[in-house]
Amino acid sequence: MDFFAGIDIGASTTKAIIINEKRQILGHSVNDSGSDFEASADQAFRKAREDSGCLDTDECTVVATGYGRRNVPYANNTRTEISCHAAGSFHHFPHAHTLIDIGGQDSKVIRIDDAGKRSSFKMNRKCAAGTGAFLEEIANRLKIELGKLDGLAEKAENSVQIGSYCTVFTGTEILAKIREGIDVADIIKGIFVSVIKRILEMDSMNGNIVMSGGVVAHNPYLVKMFEERLGRGIFVPPLPQLTGALGAALHSIEIRGGQNA
Amino acid sequence: MGEEKKATIKKIQATGQMRKIMADYFYELDAAAKDDSQKVAWCTSVGPAELLLSLGFRVYYPENHGAMLGATRMATNCIPAANAIGYSPDICSYLTSDVGAYLRKETPLTRAYEGIEGLPRPDVLVFNTNQCRDVQDWLSWYSRELQIPIIGISTHRNIGRITDKALESIVQQMEDLIPPLEKISGNKFDIDKLRDAVALSKRCSELWKKVLETNMASPAPMSFFDATIQMGPAVVLRGSETAIQYYELLLKELDERTANGVGAVEGEKFRLYWEGMPIWGKLRDMSEFFIRFNTAVIASTYCNSWIFESFDPADPMMSMARAYTEIFIVRDEDFKEKYIEDIVHRFKLDGILFHDAKTCPANSNNRYGMPERLEKKLNIPTLTLNGDLNDLRCYSEEQAKTNIEAFIEQLETK
Repeated sequence: MDFFAGIDIGASTTKAIIINEKRQILGHSVNDSGSDFEASADQAFRKAREDSGCLDTDECTVVATGYGRRNVPYANNTRTEISCHAAGSFHHFPHAHTLIDIGGQDSKVIRIDDAGKRSSFKMNRKCAAGTGAFLEEIANRLKIELGKLDGLAEKAENSVQIGSYCTVFTGTEILAKIREGIDVADIIKGIFVSVIKRILEMDSMNGNIVMSGGVVAHNPYLVKMFEERLGRGIFVPPLPQLTGALGAALHSIEIRGGQNA
Repeated sequence: MGEEKKATIKKIQATGQMRKIMADYFYELDAAAKDDSQKVAWCTSVGPAELLLSLGFRVYYPENHGAMLGATRMATNCIPAANAIGYSPDICSYLTSDVGAYLRKETPLTRAYEGIEGLPRPDVLVFNTNQCRDVQDWLSWYSRELQIPIIGISTHRNIGRITDKALESIVQQMEDLIPPLEKISGNKFDIDKLRDAVALSKRCSELWKKVLETNMASPAPMSFFDATIQMGPAVVLRGSETAIQYYELLLKELDERTANGVGAVEGEKFRLYWEGMPIWGKLRDMSEFFIRFNTAVIASTYCNSWIFESFDPADPMMSMARAYTEIFIVRDEDFKEKYIEDIVHRFKLDGILFHDAKTCPANSNNRYGMPERLEKKLNIPTLTLNGDLNDLRCYSEEQAKTNIEAFIEQLETK
């Protein structure tokens, strides 16, 4: 049996996915990227293979993507995360749409046409605003587990106004809010609003919107807030954090000349 | 795509001769400043150089020095020194690199040319604000520091149609420069000498244009990154026979490349426009990166900015006023958009890269919606790269390269 793998070595986490020729997902895995990209790729790949029953790496065609894409020596090819996210998203939503991916250190807005081709893309500028790193920093400042942000935001009755672009200055703003005795949940909701605003500034949001990425996977309430702001529904793929890895796996079918490639 | 393959930049043979004439230029400047045999004028790169040459000045261009500080990456250490005396990290990084280098008593000239100990001390500082206000602030710093007179021209900016009134005001301002320049140089203004200088600059400019237009061929014989180096003589030696001879030599070599089907990029697949300033500290790196992806960056606003088509020895003052006013950077958004559109058609380009240089708003034309408008109009993709001409603190290597690679992947699927 042929297996097709996509490994997405992102700035924060490494994702691996294994699919078959029919593009069915057989296994997947996520772990921290840490400081050794090659080791983190190995770990994610091994776990995904175990899930999928792919025992022999030779059975597997591998495409690597993400910041660490050049650190996978056994990859048959590499593609940028922008191409892979677009391919992964189009797999689930095969019509024209705009994909918003919020990752650990970057956010992307990718326009995809009816044929699945990218017509444009934008990445955040050299700044953590509107990315997972922003949420991590704020969670750390407030000594709140990252996994609890979503629940807190959902509980909030109000949302504080955050004025600054800058992650560090936002930290200072938050200190002032704490001094004023504002509820932490309201602060977190304000932080979510800040992330949404940064994304909305990147491009105009026309047509169908799909959201993916680790921040989306772990914070479904942020997607709900985004929908409220846009005034319409947003599509989210089944494994939002693995969209790039899935796109890479789909490319690996193409390079093997697999089904319908 | 994606695998690291070796990239070899094809050497332009004429470059050896360029290095020689650039060395001669700097040694002559240095000698003039040291023995006072000729007065030295510092002049903005798109300034009234011909007037200065006609009055017998040796002309030094601080912007050329700024580019050298960027290309050698000395700028990285110099910029903070200027920031520390109140020159913001958000203003022109040529200015902050150059002032910082002065404060640190450093210059790439010392490294490149044995025996040169520093910048040629000016007798006068001459600016033209046609590019931006920063050039005036830059030379003003030296004026205060060295107690040297500063004079110049204020050009109307962001203009569409060029009016006679605007040009007459420039001519008047140039005429007003003559008495102080005569006094400093000790030479009387001679219109025939100005005609000679304008005629030489015109010829240099025509040849430089031909050099750049060789890239209309496919494969294009010279990359944008090569051209930023090759333009040195057009900047600092226009108004001389030396520059003309150099561009005749270079043009011959590029024409030969074209005749033999030799491109700057092996297996040229895509042809791109570079809008905005170069990232001087990353020229080689960028050049090699694009070669790896069989992508040729071959046309630019920046290199075209030293084409002065209106020079006319029969009417030197008015033609200089026109030539230095009609350039891209002085013009309004509509003019700029049409200008790029025209080049995209003539050079058969597949996409446009906009360099958003953090410290150079005047040369960052992505900021008022132009990429989006051109994408729609031309049906080709654009990409904005965040960076800077000299301040590499504003440049994220990984992000820039991922963006470029993704852009090329997008072109491949078009």
